[in-house]
Amino acid sequence: MEHFISLFVRSIFVDNMIFAFFLGMCSYLAVSKTVKTSFGLGIAVTFVLLITVPVDYLLQTRVLASGALAEGVDLTFLAFILFIAVIAAMVQLVEMIVERFSPSLYAALGIFLPLIAVNCAIMGASLFMQQRILLDPETSTQAIGGVGDCIAYALGSGIGWTLAIVGLAAIREKMAYSDVPKPLQGLGITFITVGLMAMAFMCFSGLKL
Amino acid sequence: MLLSTINKEDKNMSLFSKENGEIFKGPLNLNNPIAVQVLGICSALAVTSQLKPAIVMGLSVTIITAFSNVIISLIRKTIPNRIRIIVQLVVVAALVTIVSNILKAYVYDVSVQLSVYVGLIITNCILMGRLEAFAMQNPAWPSFLDGVANGLGYAFVLVVVGFFRELLGFGSLFGVQLIPDSWYMENGGLYINNGMMTMPAMALILVACFIWVHRAVNKIED
Repeated sequence: MEHFISLFVRSIFVDNMIFAFFLGMCSYLAVSKTVKTSFGLGIAVTFVLLITVPVDYLLQTRVLASGALAEGVDLTFLAFILFIAVIAAMVQLVEMIVERFSPSLYAALGIFLPLIAVNCAIMGASLFMQQRILLDPETSTQAIGGVGDCIAYALGSGIGWTLAIVGLAAIREKMAYSDVPKPLQGLGITFITVGLMAMAFMCFSGLKL
Repeated sequence: MLLSTINKEDKNMSLFSKENGEIFKGPLNLNNPIAVQVLGICSALAVTSQLKPAIVMGLSVTIITAFSNVIISLIRKTIPNRIRIIVQLVVVAALVTIVSNILKAYVYDVSVQLSVYVGLIITNCILMGRLEAFAMQNPAWPSFLDGVANGLGYAFVLVVVGFFRELLGFGSLFGVQLIPDSWYMENGGLYINNGMMTMPAMALILVACFIWVHRAVNKIED
């Protein structure tokens, strides 16, 4: 239980997807214009992460890892193709389920749901999960050793991502009124804002969990 | 049959015609993928703390963009529209797997430094953006040029950012110490490395400065 909580808190603040690893930057910059839509995208990313990370974990440990399928068979080189296929398929599935059972959520998420398939944060979470299986759970709070850890990690990363995009959107809404030098307007100043936010998040890096 | 249709299209276009020149020059300057199109930011920031991984990453992306553009352009008429994203992802993922294994075999230390970011080339927006916007509508040769040019435009930003981050953060280039030891504080000098430069946050601010200069020089407005 303790490990779940520390993994969860760590993935929100210390290993924040945006500020520590720059994952999902493209949609982060493109969509963070209003708080409402960015919140919707954040929820959608969290949702998809919660499904894909455990599924990719099972795939990695039961099928791909060396000796998992049969003695002496190592399929880890297929990881990229299989992970992206799982992500694309899951996004499609989630889209259909949401459309069937909650039309209001479906309408709120709109175009963002299908776009999540190519969001680096989703693929990145699976690839980090693959690396962290090898870590020793006794010594590292980042280690992932089971489906429960995957869920804690995915939920934490998703919430961290949502936090980052909602924060940036709120700042950008206010920034519309400020006098920014012409060539820096739009993209440039957004980058500087994210840089300053990343510096603020650096103060969490000393957090002992 | 597929090949004959491709050849028919290509006949109208000479190999180095003016249009192809424009396709090649655009992404290198006025239409830079990072500074103007805002594509492929993630890896641009994460791998640039030193110059060597930045160059390796830039070259890998150039090669993958060029070849995935060619492959998708060749099969573009046979891809059903509804599943085109998955087809594109599979082509890109296969190419990335090849490149990743080549990197592991020949430059192992760099591939360890790049860690997950090699795999993340799959979801690099430059690739999907160029495949959707260019390769799906154009024949193979212009698609190849477009891919190479966009890859090089991306690599250029990575090299500039990597240059400044390594020089100011570590005092070295390609791992070779450039600032003399006697300048440093601990040896009685006045110089100190800017540790912030090695942090992720400064990468964002350096890219912002790049965009600022690029837009000021080219007079592009948002």
